[in-house]
Amino acid sequence: MLESLPQASTYAADIDNLILFIGIIVGVWFFLAEGIFFWLIWKFRAKPGEKSQYLVGKEKHVKQWITIPHALVLVCDVFIVVAAVRVWYDVKQQLPEPDSTIRVIGQQWAWTFQHPGADNELDTGDDIFTVGDLHVETEKTYHFQLQSRDVLHSFSVPVFRLKQDAIPGRSITGWFTPTQTGEFDVQCAEICGIGHGVMAARIHIEDANTHAAWISSASAATTP
Amino acid sequence: MADTVADVHQHETHGHDDHHHDQGWVSKYLLSTDHKIIGMQYMFTGMFMAVIGGYMAYVFRMQLAFPGISVPGFGQVSPGEYNALITNHGSIMIFWVAMPVLIAAFGNFLIPLMIGADDMVFPRINRLSFQVFFLSSVVLLLSLFVEGGGFGGAWTSYPPLSANGDYNQTALGATLWLTAVGLEFVAFLLGGINFITTLMNSRAPGMRAYDIPLVCWMIVIASILFMLSVGPLLAGAVMLLFDQTLNTGFYDPARGGDPILWQHLFWFFGHPEVYVVLLPAIGITVDVMATFARKKIFGYKMVLYTAVATGVLSFFVWAHHQFIAGIDPRMANVFTITTLLISVPIAEMLFVMIATLYGGSIQLTTPMLWALSFMAEFLIGGVTGIFLGASGADIYFHDTYFVLAHFHYTFFPIAIIGTFCAFTYWFPKMFGRMMNDTLGKIHFWGTIIPFNFIFIPLFVLGMGGQHRRIYNFQHFPEIAGPEYFQLRQLATISLLIMLAFQLVFFYNVIVSWMRGEKAGKNPWKANTLEWSTESPPPHGNWPVDELPTVYRGPYEYGHPDREEDYWPQHLPG
Amino acid sequence: MAHARPIATTRSATGIPTPRLAVWWILASEVVIFGGLLGVYLMHRIGHPEWAEAASHTQTWIGAINTFVLLTSSFTCVLAHQAAEKGNGKEAAKLLGFTILGALMFLMIKSYEWTTEILAGYTITSNTFWSFYYTAAGLHALHVIAGAIIMGFVAVDAFRGRELHRVEIIGIYWHFVDVVWIFLFPLLYIAK
Repeated sequence: MLESLPQASTYAADIDNLILFIGIIVGVWFFLAEGIFFWLIWKFRAKPGEKSQYLVGKEKHVKQWITIPHALVLVCDVFIVVAAVRVWYDVKQQLPEPDSTIRVIGQQWAWTFQHPGADNELDTGDDIFTVGDLHVETEKTYHFQLQSRDVLHSFSVPVFRLKQDAIPGRSITGWFTPTQTGEFDVQCAEICGIGHGVMAARIHIEDANTHAAWISSASAATTP
Repeated sequence: MADTVADVHQHETHGHDDHHHDQGWVSKYLLSTDHKIIGMQYMFTGMFMAVIGGYMAYVFRMQLAFPGISVPGFGQVSPGEYNALITNHGSIMIFWVAMPVLIAAFGNFLIPLMIGADDMVFPRINRLSFQVFFLSSVVLLLSLFVEGGGFGGAWTSYPPLSANGDYNQTALGATLWLTAVGLEFVAFLLGGINFITTLMNSRAPGMRAYDIPLVCWMIVIASILFMLSVGPLLAGAVMLLFDQTLNTGFYDPARGGDPILWQHLFWFFGHPEVYVVLLPAIGITVDVMATFARKKIFGYKMVLYTAVATGVLSFFVWAHHQFIAGIDPRMANVFTITTLLISVPIAEMLFVMIATLYGGSIQLTTPMLWALSFMAEFLIGGVTGIFLGASGADIYFHDTYFVLAHFHYTFFPIAIIGTFCAFTYWFPKMFGRMMNDTLGKIHFWGTIIPFNFIFIPLFVLGMGGQHRRIYNFQHFPEIAGPEYFQLRQLATISLLIMLAFQLVFFYNVIVSWMRGEKAGKNPWKANTLEWSTESPPPHGNWPVDELPTVYRGPYEYGHPDREEDYWPQHLPG
Repeated sequence: MAHARPIATTRSATGIPTPRLAVWWILASEVVIFGGLLGVYLMHRIGHPEWAEAASHTQTWIGAINTFVLLTSSFTCVLAHQAAEKGNGKEAAKLLGFTILGALMFLMIKSYEWTTEILAGYTITSNTFWSFYYTAAGLHALHVIAGAIIMGFVAVDAFRGRELHRVEIIGIYWHFVDVVWIFLFPLLYIAK
């Protein structure tokens, strides 16, 4: 089902490819191990008159059946670690220059989004506050400042492949660059009480014109 | 010191038989200090709790497959009740099923028998540990019925949600839950002392370290691991309890506290904990495999050393549960490395177990089916863990059903398959009768096949972005469509089928206990010491002057110098 | 109900007597509990220099007296062990009695100390420093109480010439309780 989930951010494809990469390596080992396992059960099933072999496992050529796979697993792990760290670094350890900054505030049980408004600056008079609807423009890099008013929440946008926990008393900064227009789910990814399941929001990724139009109409209508 | 010990020996050790034929039922069964009875007490309490935990799963899976339904045997599931159900299902299965059955029940029953001792070294502390455990079960069950209902903050109990009744709306339930968990920890600390000291000191003459059956080693290593990892969490739990009841601010950011601190304390224990339950299950599997493949374990020392290595490494991986929790992102890289590293000793253990089959003469008895299925299914759990240990991928997978399916593919083999494997194997020894093998196989297939159809759909749902701990997906249009519901329903219906087949097990237990074929001392033709005494063993395990001496290792199957394909440890020459 | 001690208890494959082995494992688990709590406290304290104000109100001289009391009680405990080694149960019981007296003094002094602090407004909720203070010292005090009770049972048995080997065992535990205090005292009282 991952195949059908849109890749709507610049790093979504990287994460998907990492998952695929791991899947291939792990898949090979899995089918190999299960295959050998079932083959051995069949081949050495009890047959009348045949006694089991007394294998001590000390001879080198016998031990190699363990030590060689052991070394290969280690090598595979190294490849996976390198691939994972690269993706992690890109998403979590660096912050590209933002075109815009938004604030995402979680509370029991709704998401409040603070958009910078026409002046593209947060915490000014023309900021647009919405509950449950985040509006962003495609191909623009956003920083989000993630906060919580009460308990732990987590800002999750599956089509971005993005997730970050929100901690009360802190403001955590992350980034994304949307690449596809559309309207998608935003979920809370940390249990936050009985309303955890209703804490849904929608992200509206809009092209430049639609987004500008939204800013104008929202500014006109909004009360801070 | 030696003098005093010898004195004690002279004064106090006489036959066990003298004390007990005039004991009433209460002293003999309820207040027993006999390790076998205490083991049974843990077993039945654990199995009872498993039924409760399974019932909870039934209720919440019905809600997920058919949202809003009035679940037969429960009623409509409110969001608060849903949270309480998943919280207590998880807590029960780990703390009140896996641990008591795998470690306390089988550890208690098997360790003295397998090392040729007449009981644990501290029988009264043993009894106390069960009593504390029983109390913890009562407190937990009580927590479900108080005002506000059972605690609904997930088994991980993260503050501030868990620290403040206004946030979780289950204030009393939360405190009782936390108290129950704390008591359970104390019970296992007490029990652990017995297992460790007994194994270290009370072995039969001639039993060197490498003559000890691996299941005993595993249970003891698990006890040590538990002991060394639970301390900080116990301290943290006291702090959380004070936050809940005294309004302290240990985890309140507004008062200089840190919610992330709890996470570190919890997972510093939580990760070793999964190996605390895994190692005994592997020990059980390995012992059963040796018996029914009629083969020496491919690398006894390798299994032992990788178990210790896994235990040590397990202290350094915990923050992979917290990759996106707000920890310093640079730390995540360290934990990705250690987490992927820990897959190496476990893989090695699995390779050794697979290699043991080579050259064997494999009998597919019911216990062997369970042992083999443990390996086949745990492998799925193990490989899916790699996706989660890789930080970059975990950004997407964290808190989705992918995680849930991963840990059920590890926990189910550990707690359920491991239990059935051990139970069907040692039933003849515990009750003196054979279980019906046909019913056993029906139960086996009726459990394993549906199990996979529960959790493979959940992997798929997780990959599609479905998050955990949500009672109804109606608010998320992208995962509320019919294909998603079909997967949820497939999982739920498979669960119903699997639960139905457990009736076969209970029927088999009762019928076999009452009318099963008499087992004799050693129905499986196995080597370890427990098979050298009566089934069930008498109080004291062997007649006082017939405690066994050990002459060889535990897995001398298929030895070329013997005509028989097994060579019990206690036979001279 | 009297239970025959199992043969298992008398074996010693490691050469170390079983009760001593057991108490060391108990101490290992306690070290991790207290180590965890104190480690957490230390991290918080370093990250919150402003707690120095609250911390300045702990009564160092009372803490020092209690340290002396506990150390003395450890000393009488050592003497009790020596007496037990010589087989002198009555002497051992007497010295254990002094140790328990020391524990009681410790607890009484602490009660006085906490009463004055609570009346002055320094309660467990007034500040997170005080939360740690009462939790850590309280957990320690619980271990003092538990230790004193068990020591009482051992002393009664010793007086009757029975189970003299347990004097050493409760002694090891008591020294541990003392060592925890040796860490607590500087962390809570001296480091301001």
